[in-house]
Amino acid sequence: MASTAAPPLLTIEGLSVHYAQFRALHGIDIAVGVGEIVSIIGANGAGKSSLLKAIVAQAGPRVEGRIAFDGIDIRGRATPAIVAGGIALVPEGRRLFASLTVEENLMIGWHIGRRGGLDLAGIFDLFPALRDKRHQPAGQLSGGQQQMVALGRALMADPRLLLCDEISLGLAPTIVNDLYELLLSINRQGIGILLVEQDIRRSLAVAHRFYCLLEGRVSLGGRPDDFDRDTITRHYFGS
Amino acid sequence: MVGTYLNLIVQGALLGGLYAIFALGLSLSVGVMRFVNIAHGDFIVLMSFLLLVLSSVLKLNVLLVLPLVIPLAFAAGYVLQRLLLQRVIGDNALLPLLVTFGLSIIVQNGLLQGVGADTRTLSAGALDVASVQIGGLSIGVLPLLTFAVAVALAFGLDWLLYRSRLGAHIRAVTLDVAAADLIGLSSVRVYAIAMGIVGITVAIAACFMGLRMNFDPTSGPSRLLIAFEVVVLGGLGSLRGSLLGGIILGIAQTIGGQIDGAWQTLAGHIVFLTIFLLRPQGLLPRY
Repeated sequence: MASTAAPPLLTIEGLSVHYAQFRALHGIDIAVGVGEIVSIIGANGAGKSSLLKAIVAQAGPRVEGRIAFDGIDIRGRATPAIVAGGIALVPEGRRLFASLTVEENLMIGWHIGRRGGLDLAGIFDLFPALRDKRHQPAGQLSGGQQQMVALGRALMADPRLLLCDEISLGLAPTIVNDLYELLLSINRQGIGILLVEQDIRRSLAVAHRFYCLLEGRVSLGGRPDDFDRDTITRHYFGS
Repeated sequence: MVGTYLNLIVQGALLGGLYAIFALGLSLSVGVMRFVNIAHGDFIVLMSFLLLVLSSVLKLNVLLVLPLVIPLAFAAGYVLQRLLLQRVIGDNALLPLLVTFGLSIIVQNGLLQGVGADTRTLSAGALDVASVQIGGLSIGVLPLLTFAVAVALAFGLDWLLYRSRLGAHIRAVTLDVAAADLIGLSSVRVYAIAMGIVGITVAIAACFMGLRMNFDPTSGPSRLLIAFEVVVLGGLGSLRGSLLGGIILGIAQTIGGQIDGAWQTLAGHIVFLTIFLLRPQGLLPRY
């Protein structure tokens, strides 16, 4: 996958994240190439969310290791600078601002980002269901529509790397199918995607490469086709 | 008889404009930023003294000094939030209460030390006593100007908060600080700007308060009480509600004062408590 000269879009080396009483990540190495979909799988507490939070400088003060975006070390930068540099996060649980309208939520993505990508009209073309609800408070939408707003907000930031944290959680299977279709079309436009999911089957189906995390360490990594189901499950649960 | 009451209502409403200006900044901090600023009244008094000093040093009409002080007031609010208040914003509502209570004591005693205990007023020159005749009523130009500023400020801030980009950011950040920080919307910066806007309203309130009533270093808490009643009357987070609340309180006080001079303040409190019991969510609630 990695091309010859150009550095990967995201390179993480020896990343450790400590919280007050425990260590969530133990020196992991991860890379995402330009235009690549990389899936991070792992059980609850394996460190998946800590990894995404560390990338956007929201994992607290005790983070060690190197995080390079486009070959430049971004560790130590504040979150707004990282987002404005081209990394957007779709947070776990969507984290929309419930009393703000759909349009206001989306526009926040535009304000915090690079402002070169999709505008409001582009987002409504992508998610036609949102067009009629643009002036409604985001909290009144269905779960699937809220996830569209969360994804739309991230896309309006014009990311080169999109971080998706459990975007299928709690949604109906047909809606999840639509979201994954959309991720593929986003990816085809050259946007790298780092996908964190507990649903192994679905995320491995779209990923070019994957990493399996187990108790804060990478237990397995490679292309989904390279391993059979049992091997992946074993490294997922650590048995 | 009818003319007397019409006059009282008009004069009361004009006084209410001043009360609304007191309250708009507090409405932003209590209703939107969700912290109680005990020092709000003292900040207004502090700014009145600053206007007084600058106006005499620069030999300028205080209404001309005000535009010079407004950027300063924004910066003061910004820095105060960024360096001090931001540290106590969060789940514990008691902390901002204690910190601003401490600020209130510091401001009052600092002023006593610095400018003395004398009662002062601001003067706008000939404007102080100018009046116009409208429909048989004699109306002071200054109260009329105060009222116009109150209306403009209430509608302007309402637009800023609920229609502008900055307003959306302020509402987002105050709704969910962690979510804002997570997606890269800097809560620290947005909070500081919001407090800077509060600072601007404090400077405007200080100017028109000083022109209308006496003040001394210990006047702050009574101004705070009025501002609080107006904010609660109007409904938390509603700036147009604050305008309406101010007008109602002003009319109540003026009519009470007409019945018996001692009743002025009491009538305001009674009307406040009555409306509060009947409509605890405020007149134009936003939440």
